[in-house]
Amino acid sequence: MGDSTPLLSVRDLTVTFPTRRGPVRAVDSLSFDVLPGRTLGIVGESGSGKSVTSLAVLGLHTGAAEVTGSVTLAGRELIGLPERELNRLRGRRMAMIFQDPLSSLHPYYTVGEQIAEHHRVHFGSRRAAARERAVEALGEVGIPEPRRRAGEYPHQFSGGMRQRVMIAMALACEPDLLIADEPTTALDVTVQAQILELIARLQRERGLSVVMITHDLGVVARVAHDVLVMYGGRAAEHAPVDALFEAPAHPYTRGLLDSLPRLDDHDDTPLRAIPGSPPSLLDPAPGCAFAPRCSRAAAGSEEERARCTGERPLLGGPEGHPAACHFPAYEGVAS
Amino acid sequence: MTTTAPPLLRVRDLTMTFPGRRARSAPVRAVDGVSFDVAAGETLGLVGESGCGKSTTGRMIVRLLEPTAGSVSYDGRDISHLSQRELKPLRRELQMVFQDPHSSLNPRQTVARIIADPLLVQGSSAAEARKRAAELMELVGLIPEHIDRHPHEFSGGQAQRIGIARALATGPRLIVADEPVSALDVSVQAQVVNLMERLRRELGLAYLFIAHDLSVVKRVCDRVAVMYLGRIVEIGAKERVYAAPAHPYTRALLSAVPLPDPAAERARERITLLGDPPSPAAPPPGCTFHPRCPKAREICRTEAPPLRVAAPGEARQVACHFPEGTEGN
Repeated sequence: MGDSTPLLSVRDLTVTFPTRRGPVRAVDSLSFDVLPGRTLGIVGESGSGKSVTSLAVLGLHTGAAEVTGSVTLAGRELIGLPERELNRLRGRRMAMIFQDPLSSLHPYYTVGEQIAEHHRVHFGSRRAAARERAVEALGEVGIPEPRRRAGEYPHQFSGGMRQRVMIAMALACEPDLLIADEPTTALDVTVQAQILELIARLQRERGLSVVMITHDLGVVARVAHDVLVMYGGRAAEHAPVDALFEAPAHPYTRGLLDSLPRLDDHDDTPLRAIPGSPPSLLDPAPGCAFAPRCSRAAAGSEEERARCTGERPLLGGPEGHPAACHFPAYEGVAS
Repeated sequence: MTTTAPPLLRVRDLTMTFPGRRARSAPVRAVDGVSFDVAAGETLGLVGESGCGKSTTGRMIVRLLEPTAGSVSYDGRDISHLSQRELKPLRRELQMVFQDPHSSLNPRQTVARIIADPLLVQGSSAAEARKRAAELMELVGLIPEHIDRHPHEFSGGQAQRIGIARALATGPRLIVADEPVSALDVSVQAQVVNLMERLRRELGLAYLFIAHDLSVVKRVCDRVAVMYLGRIVEIGAKERVYAAPAHPYTRALLSAVPLPDPAAERARERITLLGDPPSPAAPPPGCTFHPRCPKAREICRTEAPPLRVAAPGEARQVACHFPEGTEGN
């Protein structure tokens, strides 16, 4: 399937924030690739490090954060690149959309002006040409009457239309990589369906690579080719989408899937909830971050439990479907 | 007295009109003639997208808002225009659980105070109320020894348990739960859903469960009402509504929910609606869903369909000129 050289390659990415109670490692030794024209879904709950990861990839993390490891886009190292260089790459080669489009749009400028500005900065295009491109971009993302709407302000758009505007802006400079951080979480489900459809269409038409960050396993199942499950700042499991849903190897992934109420399910038995809550990053457990909530650890022998709570599992297992678990559930594979 | 007891909650033609934001802007009819019953021990799910009026409906039922028109009857008694003083004894029976557990709990109060507060208001002694608070903590799966902690010392799921314990303090029969799990992490949602189901069984509670998440509602409710732009467009037994939705909006809504199953997602036929839900400040004429409806015809643009029985012999009602499965369409 096309080019197998990754467009984005992340290795041992670690992001540490200094806090009054000591350094907090929000992302810990994370590695993944995104292939051209493919969608990587990054799934996690609050505090899993999924959003910090996306900001660090784009170099948009706060100044206080310490970022180590390597992020390469089309072979070029981004970590340590001067801000000016990064600015040129952001927008031109990679772009990002966020959960709340209203907070990412300037309230005093028309939508058309904002997209045009973006284009002028990156391409040095003339005012009129940039305006024209903005109208075109609005049309491409399915905004009716793009010429008229380009002259309107963000507050005149509905939530779904604003997210379309953000996508138009993100894609106006034809980047190769789109990072979407919970882009549909604030939207109604019928509008979410439209936005996911739009991103999928743009990916087909332009061969765009997409990183879709979400807490919603349904969204991942709909859009992703590959999935990275994060827990407590680390990778828990990484697999092609079908393998992940059919045969999750990590007890956390299994637990998440089992705990979901589903439309296509019978409702007579109680949901199999995961006990406890997501871990605090302030005092990470010495062993596996999931161990205190893990049914596999709980069911293990004393020796096994000691291993789960005392020794941090490394990402391992079969090529193409690694999991960070001492006792992963690979089918037909003795662990 | 007649032989048939009135339902626990009876809502008839409930309407809420908010004045326009500016002096000259038109009033907004957030809820427009909503009617339904909730029997004792039953859960009715109220679903719809943002701005459909589901939360406003819930707030009128617990009388955080006074309805503009229509009536709310609790146990046969019309409570829609009672004064706060007259409402006080009813507050014992009718409680509410909110979406964001942390913002609905006073950060300066201890858990003991938060849970006991409704009891103190109702006249319990401090010692009694504290003892009851500890029992309630145990009931909702919290550690009673944590009774003197403050809300920020609890996770989101635990904070929602505190909110539920507070709602249960006075021994209510009906709880209006407005998006009780949507602010929680996925792995914690199931815990709270299971808790609510267990409490309902053990205490014989009735819920009006307001949510936008159709999968959660399917799990917890007996019947479901789908709202669109201030009106109920379909209401009936959950099995019927989910398996064979009669209103085109219900169908579209169900088909838009992403399933956590990639193979099913690829195989699935989706009805993608055009556009956004319209503003309740300027509702379209006729059936308010017609601008987005794949089946809209001439009559839909001019005449609002009443909510009526979908098919003979069925309790389910639908407000559509051309409901699914009733003719050759």
